[in-house]
Amino acid sequence: MADHGSLERLGLKPEDAERLLKEAREFKGESLWSDAWRRLRRNRVALWSMYFLVAFGLMSFFAPLLPMRNPAAQAPEIQFQSPTLNLGDSGYLQEYAADDKITSEEIVNAYWPEMNSLDVLFVKVRLAVFGSWQPGFWMGTDAMGRDVLSRIVWGSRTSIKVALIASLFSLLIGVVYGALSGLLGGWVDNLMMRIVDILYSIPFIFVVIFLITLIGDYKQALEEWGIDRMVVLYLVIGAVYWLTMARVVRGQVLALKHKEFVEAARVIGASTPRILFAHVVPNVLSIVIIYLTLTIPAVMLFEAFLSFLGLGVEAPEVSWGILAADGTAAINPLRLFWWLVVFPSLAMASTLLALNLLGDGLRDALDPKMRGKD
Amino acid sequence: MIRFLSRRLLWMAITFLLVSLVSFTLMHSVKGGPFSKERKLDPAILANMEAAYHLDWPIWKQYLHYMGPLNLGDEGWFGKGEQKGSDPFTGVLVGDFGPSFRYQDFTVNDIIGQSLPISALLGVVAMMWALALGVSAGIASALRRGSGLDLSMRLAATGGIALPNFVIAGFLVILFVFLIPLLPVAGWGTLKHMLLPGFCLGLGFAAYISRLTRTGMLEVLSQDHIRTAHAKGLAPRTVVMRHALKGGLLPVVSYLGPATAGVLTGSLVLERIFNIPGMGSHFVNAATNRDYTLAMGVTLLYTVLVYSLNAVVDLAYTLLDPRIRLEDQ
Amino acid sequence: MALLEVENLRVRFETHHGVVRAVDGVSFTLEEGQTLGLVGESGSGKSVTNMALLGLVPSPPGVVEADAIRFEGQDLTKLSEKQLRKIRGNRISMIFQDPMTSLNPLLTIERQMTEVLCLHKGLSRREAKQKAIEGLGDVGIPSPETRIDQYPHELSGGMRQRVMIAMGLLCAPKLLLADEPTTALDVTIQAQVLELMKDLQKRHGTAIILVTHDLGVVAGMSHKIHVMYAGRMVETSPTFELFQRPLHPYTKGLLGSIPTLHSTPGEDLESIPGAPPDLANLPKGCAFAPRCAWKKERCEQQAPDAERFHDPQSGAPRTSACFELNQLAGAREVQS
Repeated sequence: MADHGSLERLGLKPEDAERLLKEAREFKGESLWSDAWRRLRRNRVALWSMYFLVAFGLMSFFAPLLPMRNPAAQAPEIQFQSPTLNLGDSGYLQEYAADDKITSEEIVNAYWPEMNSLDVLFVKVRLAVFGSWQPGFWMGTDAMGRDVLSRIVWGSRTSIKVALIASLFSLLIGVVYGALSGLLGGWVDNLMMRIVDILYSIPFIFVVIFLITLIGDYKQALEEWGIDRMVVLYLVIGAVYWLTMARVVRGQVLALKHKEFVEAARVIGASTPRILFAHVVPNVLSIVIIYLTLTIPAVMLFEAFLSFLGLGVEAPEVSWGILAADGTAAINPLRLFWWLVVFPSLAMASTLLALNLLGDGLRDALDPKMRGKD
Repeated sequence: MIRFLSRRLLWMAITFLLVSLVSFTLMHSVKGGPFSKERKLDPAILANMEAAYHLDWPIWKQYLHYMGPLNLGDEGWFGKGEQKGSDPFTGVLVGDFGPSFRYQDFTVNDIIGQSLPISALLGVVAMMWALALGVSAGIASALRRGSGLDLSMRLAATGGIALPNFVIAGFLVILFVFLIPLLPVAGWGTLKHMLLPGFCLGLGFAAYISRLTRTGMLEVLSQDHIRTAHAKGLAPRTVVMRHALKGGLLPVVSYLGPATAGVLTGSLVLERIFNIPGMGSHFVNAATNRDYTLAMGVTLLYTVLVYSLNAVVDLAYTLLDPRIRLEDQ
Repeated sequence: MALLEVENLRVRFETHHGVVRAVDGVSFTLEEGQTLGLVGESGSGKSVTNMALLGLVPSPPGVVEADAIRFEGQDLTKLSEKQLRKIRGNRISMIFQDPMTSLNPLLTIERQMTEVLCLHKGLSRREAKQKAIEGLGDVGIPSPETRIDQYPHELSGGMRQRVMIAMGLLCAPKLLLADEPTTALDVTIQAQVLELMKDLQKRHGTAIILVTHDLGVVAGMSHKIHVMYAGRMVETSPTFELFQRPLHPYTKGLLGSIPTLHSTPGEDLESIPGAPPDLANLPKGCAFAPRCAWKKERCEQQAPDAERFHDPQSGAPRTSACFELNQLAGAREVQS
């Protein structure tokens, strides 16, 4: 509050000015996000989509807690059972439930070969609560006699995991690349964006599939490095989806660079990191979130697409793409196994729809200017 | 015009170079791949490979050889492929993708030659569905803005954008093949075979096009010159068709480039579901069977295809909008 | 019989924020070959009046009602949409404010001009093009036969407005509705366009309703002037008398905000304090009362009706909607 002369010209006493400034600070701190939240809450469709997604996310995270059948156990004698609503039985877990002293290893070996220690804990809790009870085949069984319901739930874990990790990975590359390009400017910016242009015009799906083909030959070598097919999937998908993010972020950074408030901050001598974190990051963040909500369903779709073609997630892991592939593989002119198509499709459709609707809602909430402009 | 085309050509050349270099190098480093010496292959295919790719040469020379019509052997620099027996392979740049790595009796060109027309036809059917459905839905939506029709169309569009085409395909197959048996399950050959795959492939794009059309039309219809057209005494239909449609569809035209690329991608899945012997099926098979030369050929071909189609779309755009000059692009 | 007789025209827009009465009981007549200046601030309802005459008010949300709109003895309110379309662009045509946006950017001038002739006169494209070229020449566009194949963005603003005027006159209409035809143009071009319109009016005998917020524009053009405020006619008068002796506080205010040759350099122009009222929430009394220097108590209670009287000097018929009419007239005399 250096210039008292100018304050007097405005008819302000210094203490008034301090008070105003304080109010302004408090106001600014909450405005963008609380404003956005208020707008989002008014959008009923987006709100319900969010509730749905949270519930779905919780369910898939806590899947081992639920009294469900083994998603991987094959039983050819009960293949293609149509959905039945019965209360269920104690099934294959009976012998374990009878014995109180089950070790984690026994459960892991019997239940699901690739569980981490948290999942094993969940399964133990489940046994403690529900005992050996498990529902009947509410959504039928597939060609191998596996329970479709539990495969959908367990498949959602893979699909969500891939979608989140790959999206975040693409976000990371995109934001760093875009911000660098925008901040450095000049010929560097030019070159970096030209590279993006070139990458854009490559039919990426084909290159990715080609890459996955090649990587298949390095399986052993990569596994020594701790890189399995899933990690490759994250990297590859992430590497495809960063392009748009980079462009969006660069555009925003460039626009902000010349905005008055950034100039003003520079004039009063704020350091570059301060400008970056106090002014640029919060403004870029909203557009990054908007774009992220668009990327997640796109990535989920891409994973399903690759898995559907047999190039993504590999058995014994399940993902929705694999389920969809199983469903269409079972389509034949003689008998209709509709549940193999309908239930996985419904799960995927409702999730993707909810993600899209939430994304639209978030976009409207964070960027009111774009409201109504689809 | 010439400047525009030459610039596009230059960028395409750079992209093509990049893709081919990277994929060639990657293929070269694969153990047991077509360009490595440690292969365990059918002797007939092995002979094809040796003859085609000169595996004893240094890698840069092999790359140049793979790409172009230059003769790098002992017979002199030019005229590769003209001397019979010496070098049957003429190079990618003149449209020769070499022998298949899996099928000894076929070259990559044979396979592409058989399957590309099928995929192209499927793609055309899909785009026709997409444009017909998307544009009419978008116009109806825009003209009845806020009505129940508009709302349901927009909801349908959100669904169409969100859902993967194989999910849609699954539902539609159950509906039209089993519940209301109108169409065949799978296969290729007649018009009936094309309708359902084309529809499933086009539906997602139709949804997006209807959104674009709706916004485009609303934008144009709110402009002053529409009021002028009404004041001239034109019938509402004429105002929409002659004065609004062209401007309202401009965003759709610029979306056609990405849409075409998307249709090619989508055909991978739909050709598999409906058992259509197109390029997509062959590409996926090539990928799972590790038919490297075929996969690389298809990738390179699609790079060029997508690039050229994009250029065509941009050209069309400038023809439609007199305010845009080719030089600005 | 007058060419156009409008009786009690009312236009309201039913919006989410309430009913907006954009035009509220407007009546006027226009003789053949004459020009009527419709003057007012933006939002006073003058453009909406014009649109309503041709049935071009978007509906919903717009609702147009009138006791009668008689054009050449035919009541336009009784016509079907289809019959109205035969009149639009044919016997009544309209030109708009911004020639930048009022022409379709994606169609050539030829396409936009010939469609009027093909539609109303049944000409072939070739004949229509010939007539359109003549029309362009008529409005002073050099080398019209090449200009006609160009797109609007290839012409200057003045040229575009000339094209609009030529387009409006193609079917030799009896009435031309000109909505701020010069507002978007440079001052020198403005004068040219006004001169052109005057000239064309003389040659074709077209009556013109000239809508503008600029009294300077109507001064040299129109035979009589109607001043609108908040959807009502507050003062109607022959042009000369209006400038001589404005008899409504609003008109006085408008005239005070124009610089004249007699004003001293550096002298502040008068401006009307305040802003036009919210049409969805009109005050109970006179709509102008909150901004009026002559305001009395009853002005805020009751809205004045237009009072007919004769100009004290020339005896020409005038109207003014002001309770303080006599004081205004008196004040003028005391001053002079």
